[in-house]
Amino acid sequence: MNRTTLLTAASTIAVLALATPAMAQTKFEFWYGLSGDLSDRIQDMCKDFNASQADYEIVCVSQDNYDANLQNTIAAYRANKQPTITQIFDAGTLDLMLSKAYVPVKTVMADAGLDVDFGDYFAGIASYYSTSTGELLSMPFNSSTAMIYYNTDALAKVGFEGIPSTWTEVEDVARKMKAAGYECPVAFDPAGVWQWYEQFSAIHNQPIATKGNGFGGLDAEMAASQGLFVDQLTWIKAMYDEGLFVHKSKDVGQNDLDAFAAGDCQIFSGSVAGHGTVTAKAIEGLNWQVAMLPMREGVERTNSLVGGASLWTLQGKTEEEYKGAAAFYAFISTPKQAEWWSTVTGYIPVTNSGFEAMKANGFYNEAPYAGRELAIESLTATPPTENTRGIRLGNYASIRAEMVKTIQDVLFNNADPKQALTDFDAKGNDILRRFEATYAGASLL
Amino acid sequence: MERRAYYKNKTLPWLLIAPQLILVLVFFYWPTTQALFWAFTLEQPWGGGNSWVWFDNFLAIFRDREYWSTVLRSGFYAVVVTAISMAVALTLAAFVDRALKGTKLFQSVFVWPYAIAAPAAGVAFRFIFAPESGLVGSINEIWPGVWNPAINGVHALAMIIICHAWLGIGYNFIFFLAALQMIPRSISEAGAMDGARPVQRLFDLQLPLIAPTFFFLFIINLISSFTDSFGLIDTMTEGGPVGSTEVMVYKIYFDGFKGLDYSGAAAQSIVLMILVIALTFVQFKWVEKRVHYN
Repeated sequence: MNRTTLLTAASTIAVLALATPAMAQTKFEFWYGLSGDLSDRIQDMCKDFNASQADYEIVCVSQDNYDANLQNTIAAYRANKQPTITQIFDAGTLDLMLSKAYVPVKTVMADAGLDVDFGDYFAGIASYYSTSTGELLSMPFNSSTAMIYYNTDALAKVGFEGIPSTWTEVEDVARKMKAAGYECPVAFDPAGVWQWYEQFSAIHNQPIATKGNGFGGLDAEMAASQGLFVDQLTWIKAMYDEGLFVHKSKDVGQNDLDAFAAGDCQIFSGSVAGHGTVTAKAIEGLNWQVAMLPMREGVERTNSLVGGASLWTLQGKTEEEYKGAAAFYAFISTPKQAEWWSTVTGYIPVTNSGFEAMKANGFYNEAPYAGRELAIESLTATPPTENTRGIRLGNYASIRAEMVKTIQDVLFNNADPKQALTDFDAKGNDILRRFEATYAGASLL
Repeated sequence: MERRAYYKNKTLPWLLIAPQLILVLVFFYWPTTQALFWAFTLEQPWGGGNSWVWFDNFLAIFRDREYWSTVLRSGFYAVVVTAISMAVALTLAAFVDRALKGTKLFQSVFVWPYAIAAPAAGVAFRFIFAPESGLVGSINEIWPGVWNPAINGVHALAMIIICHAWLGIGYNFIFFLAALQMIPRSISEAGAMDGARPVQRLFDLQLPLIAPTFFFLFIINLISSFTDSFGLIDTMTEGGPVGSTEVMVYKIYFDGFKGLDYSGAAAQSIVLMILVIALTFVQFKWVEKRVHYN
C-alpha cells in the first residue's frame, strides 16, 4: 500500500464516520441573561421541554445578566457562532430591530407549521416587540413592570392605614418611620433608573423622548428636563438629604431588595419579578405587601411600561434548529407552562387567557402571590398613550448609564436637578445622533 | 567587518520564526488594523454594515468635555500610581538590600502580590474597603461617614490607586533589589566610611547608579497604569460614582461593549495606543541614551 491509497482509505473512513446516521435529536442553544433563582427556573423549563418530546434538545446557557448576554450574543453573531435563541432586554430592542440579525417569530412559527395565538398577548407587551405596522418580531417571554414594596408592620407602627398611593403619603410615612426609630425608611438604588425614572414618566404620562419615545423615528430627542421628573428628582434629593431615602446598592454592600427582605429598610421600589425573591429571602415574621407605584399629587395614572425581555431567533441557523425553536416557543406558550413560569418567578402572565385562568383558580387571593395582579392592573391602567407604549431609542443602555450618573451627581455631589437633567438630555441626544448616523438611511419598521 | 552566517538555507530561518510572526500578526497587528478601520467608520454593532466617516469619530471624542476629563484623570492616576508603587518598592528593596540574612525570603514575600490577577485583587479589596462592613469601613464607627467610596468620588479613586500601586510593588521591588545588589559593596562601604548616613547613601550613591533601572521602571509603570487598571475598576467601582474612576481604558470598554459604540471605542483606543507608543518611544530614544550606565 503506498501513501496515496493510505490517504484515500483514511479519508473514506472519515467520511463514513461523519455520515453515520446523525442523532435523532437536533440540538440548539438558548442564551439568556438571568442568574440565581431565575436561572434555575429556566433550567427547569429547559429540562421539561427536553423531556416533553424526542426530536429536539435545547441547551440553555446563562450569561449572567442582560448586558453580558447582549454583548456575548453580538460577539458570537459576528463570529457566526450564535445561539438559535437569545433573550434580549427591553433596552436592546431597537438595536436588534434594525440589525437584520433575526428571523421574525411569526415566520419561525409559520415555517415550522406551528401555531401560537399571538392575539392573546397583552396589547402593551405585543406592541413593545412589534413593528409600527403590528408585526411581532420576537417572542414575548418574561414581562414585568415596576412596583413598590411596603413593610406593613412598619406602616402600622406609624399609624398609616392601608397602603400609600401618592409620593406625598410616602414622604409622610417615611418621616414618621424615621421618628419611630427606623434607620432606613426607603431603600434607594441610584441605578434603578427603570423604576425611578422611566416608569415614573410612563404612569404620569410624561415623555422620555420626543416622537412618542422614539416610535416615530430615529430623530427623537430626549425630554427628561422638560417634564415632571425635574420636580420628582428634586423631591428625591430632599428625601435623601433628610435621610428618608437611604442609598442601598451593591456598591455599599447591600442592595435595595436585600435590605427590604432583611427588614433593614421598610420600603423599596423594584420589579414585580422580584416578588418571588422577596418571598424567598424575607426574614421570619416580615409582613409586607406590594402595590402599584405611587403618583404625584393631583396627576391621573396612565399605564406603566412593560419591562423584562423577549426571545429573538437569530439568523444563520439550520431549518431543523428553527423547527426546534418553534417547538420551544409553542411549549412555553402553553397555558400550563405560562402559569408555572409566572408562579415560580413573579413575572406576569403575558396572555389574557393565562391571566384570566390564574385569576379564576384563585391564584392571586392568597399569600405569597397576593398583590402580583396589581402589576397587570398597572400595565393596563389605561390604553397606551404615545408616552407609555414603550421606549424605542437607540443604544438605550448607554442612555440609562448616563441617567445613573445624573442621579448620583444630584444625590452625592449636590448638582442642581434641572441643570443635571438638561446635561443628561444633551448627552442622550449625542448618543441618539450617533446611533442615527450609524444606521443612516434605515427607517423604523 | 565579519559576517557570520549560521544557515546557508534561506527559508529555514523564516520557517523558524514563522510561529512567532503568526502569533504577533494574529494577536497584535490584526486587531490593531481592525481598530484602525473601525475608528474611521461608523460600525453597526450587529455587523450589518458600516460607513466611512473619516475623522468624525476623533472629532467627536475631542469635542466631548467628558473625554478630556477622562484623559486628565488617567494622567493623574498614572503618575500617582507610579509614584506610590515605586517609592514603596524602592524603600523595601533598600531595606532588604541592607539585610544580610533572609534576602531570599523577602524576595518571595514581597513579590507575591504581583502574581495576583487584578480582578481577584479588586474583589478582595472591595471587601476590605467596603464602607459598611469592610476593614477600612470600620473607621466609620468612630467617625460616621468619613469613608464612603460608594458615594465619594475622591475616596473611590484613592481606593483604586492604592490597589493598583500595591499590585505593582512586587514587580518594582524585584528590579530595584536586583539593581541595588549589582552595585559593588565597596562603593557603599566607602560612603559609609566617609560618614554618609544610609538615606544619604541611597540618594547620593545608589540611586544615581541604578538610574537606568529607575527610568525603565518609571516608563513601564506609567504604561501599565494607563492600560492595566481595567480589571480593578470593573470589579470595584465600574467607573463610578458619577464617573469619578472612569479612566481612558475603562471608558473604551464601557463605550464599546456596554454602549455598543464600536467606532467611538476604536477611536479612543487609537488615541490610547498613540500615547503608549509615545511613552515607549521616550523610553527607547531618550531614557536609554541620556541615562548613563556605569
